[in-house]
Amino acid sequence: MTLVDDISFAGTRRRTSSGPTGPAVGPEPLLRLEGVSVGTDRVDLVMDVDLSLAPGETLCLVGESGCGKSLTCLAAMGLLSAPVRCTSGRVHFAGQEISALTETQLQALRGRDISMIFQDATAALNPVRRVGDQVAEVLVLHEGLTCHAARARAAALFDMVGIPDPRARLRAYPHELSGGMNQRVMIAMALACRPKLIVADEATTALDVTTQAQILDLLRQLQVETGAAMIFVTHDLGVVAEIADRVAVMYSGRIVEVATADALFEAPRHPYTRGLMACRLHVATPSAGRLAAIEGVVPPPSARPAGCAFAPRCPKAEAVCANRPALLGVGAAQAVACHSIGPAR
Amino acid sequence: MSPGFLTLKLLRGLLTLFLAVTFVFVILRLAGDPLRLMLPDDTPPDVIDHYRQLYGLDRPLPEQYLRYLQGLMQGDFGYSFRDRQPALDTVLSRIPATLLLGLTSFVVSTLIGLVAGIVAALRRGSLVDQAVISFSIFGHSMPSFFLGILMILLFAMTWRILPSAGMGSAAHLVMPAITLGVGGAGAIARFTRSSMLEVLNQPYMKTARAKGVPVATRVLRDAVPNAAIPVVTVLGLRMGGLISGTVVVETVFAWPGIGQLLVTAVGQRDLAVVQTIVILVALTMVVANFAVDVAYRWLDPRIAGAGKEAT
Ligand SMILES: Nc1ncnc2c1ncn2[C@@H]1O[C@H](COP(=O)(O)OP(=O)(O)OP(=O)(O)O)[C@@H](O)[C@H]1O
Ligand code: SF4
Ligand SMILES: [Mg+2]
Repeated sequence: MTLVDDISFAGTRRRTSSGPTGPAVGPEPLLRLEGVSVGTDRVDLVMDVDLSLAPGETLCLVGESGCGKSLTCLAAMGLLSAPVRCTSGRVHFAGQEISALTETQLQALRGRDISMIFQDATAALNPVRRVGDQVAEVLVLHEGLTCHAARARAAALFDMVGIPDPRARLRAYPHELSGGMNQRVMIAMALACRPKLIVADEATTALDVTTQAQILDLLRQLQVETGAAMIFVTHDLGVVAEIADRVAVMYSGRIVEVATADALFEAPRHPYTRGLMACRLHVATPSAGRLAAIEGVVPPPSARPAGCAFAPRCPKAEAVCANRPALLGVGAAQAVACHSIGPAR
Repeated sequence: MSPGFLTLKLLRGLLTLFLAVTFVFVILRLAGDPLRLMLPDDTPPDVIDHYRQLYGLDRPLPEQYLRYLQGLMQGDFGYSFRDRQPALDTVLSRIPATLLLGLTSFVVSTLIGLVAGIVAALRRGSLVDQAVISFSIFGHSMPSFFLGILMILLFAMTWRILPSAGMGSAAHLVMPAITLGVGGAGAIARFTRSSMLEVLNQPYMKTARAKGVPVATRVLRDAVPNAAIPVVTVLGLRMGGLISGTVVVETVFAWPGIGQLLVTAVGQRDLAVVQTIVILVALTMVVANFAVDVAYRWLDPRIAGAGKEAT
């Protein structure tokens, strides 16, 4: 992406690629989304997302329900399914352009270099197959192990993710395990081939607080051990504070603010982000889709306001907000899409 | 599969069978004097009395019932006075023909129905899908006697490429098997399709894709075993109707099986034979039900393993 000066704020705020939307100058990013839009033939669901992720980095995607977090993740993995598709933009992963690969080429990447952990692990596991077989399958598929060897490795993985009595658990069916255990199975499956990137879509939301903390610790520890990068989708800013290197805040299909975790928690700029932070202090229901501190609800994708989509709920909305604000850098560590963030800051 | 479960199901099957047998007894007594039904109207009274004593019909009903049950236990299903041999022999001699027709049709229509349903679900909205839907509506709404006669008109009389009646060669089997199987294939296709559509939308199918599993493997290893669970019910119904379902088709194509025998036996008031066939039909249904239960357990670990939650 070229450096394009924004006319109104020339000199103070600039579009950058090596700024907050991506890691600062350093290694080639592992994953890069360039102007990715997702939608059906009728509506745009995610628009113009730029993101990048360095090896080993943890990026949190936050935002209310329906703002496009899951679709962004799926787009990054090339996992969208009809009628939803990637309408524009490109995705690069480890030097390849994923968005140009065929389904067969993608199959070789999925589960091996990129793997995904879903919200409801019990539903995400096949109810009629033994969990051990479901984990071993990945190893047979991507590493060419025999079933026997794959099962032995699956047992080792179960042990690694803290499943007690792994040999016996291999033979269990998902309905025989608790939600937390199933999430551990999913994690074992996701880590089986030591992926470069883990996409965890609300991996802890369905779990009780204690289990949630255990799973988070586990993910972080395994991430350190394997050096995998992670995209972690969550509603819970507490979780974000705990694990994120960088945070992208989404609202109604767009990234409205992206910053290093430190910068974001120190100085949230976008009125929506501020609203989220306020909720965090006042409301103890992190998984609830609705935010009490921000009046109103997210507009459905089909009825989005033309300018800033947050305008109807925004305390700082002005006439200029009828034009869509661009995502512009504020300092080196932060970028915000809001007209109220002027050159003065 | 626990032995307790098997025993329970077997006991229930036996109970069903016992009720069916009792039902047959009651119906036959309610229908009037069996001798009047069996013997010509102008039979002299002393002959009737002779038979009444011979068959034990002069005894009180409870005793008749016990004798009847006792006979069944010993394999005595009554005497076919048209064939002048035990009714069981008459019925058994027809079983191979019915099984040949019924099983051929069952196997072929099941395979066609499953494949058509799976393909239709995978290609939802396509021409193939619409063809499968049309076929299953056709199979559902076309009365089999009409389809049979239509086929006889076309293939046996107009084009003369298939024999219209009887049994003997593989060619004889074609039209009856198709006539018998079309409805079932349609029903199985419809069930398989909707069951597959539901399964394909489940989160675990997305997981399989995210794991990099090739599409063919996803369908066969992840989708089909789940989709098969509700389809088993339809297959069980079809299996239960294996014998009773052939009546019309065997009559249209003069196929010498049980269905045809039933029609003749009813016409000739050969009560022992009718009774034996009814019991046989009940037995088939009980066996089919049992098979469905076993298949459920085998396909769905959630039923089998209920109650041993582990963490
Ligand atoms: N197949 C689809 N067809 C039409 N719209 C869709 C489809 N899938 C998702 N959407 C819409 O796209 C928007 C974004 O969905 P997405 O699942 O990415 O939200 P999310 O941020 O992950 O929300 P949540 O927190 O509830 O998981 C939602 O408004 C949703 O209704
Ligand atoms: S652009 Fe305007 S409406 Fe949108 S968040 Fe900023 S101030 Fe609020
Ligand atoms: Mg989501």
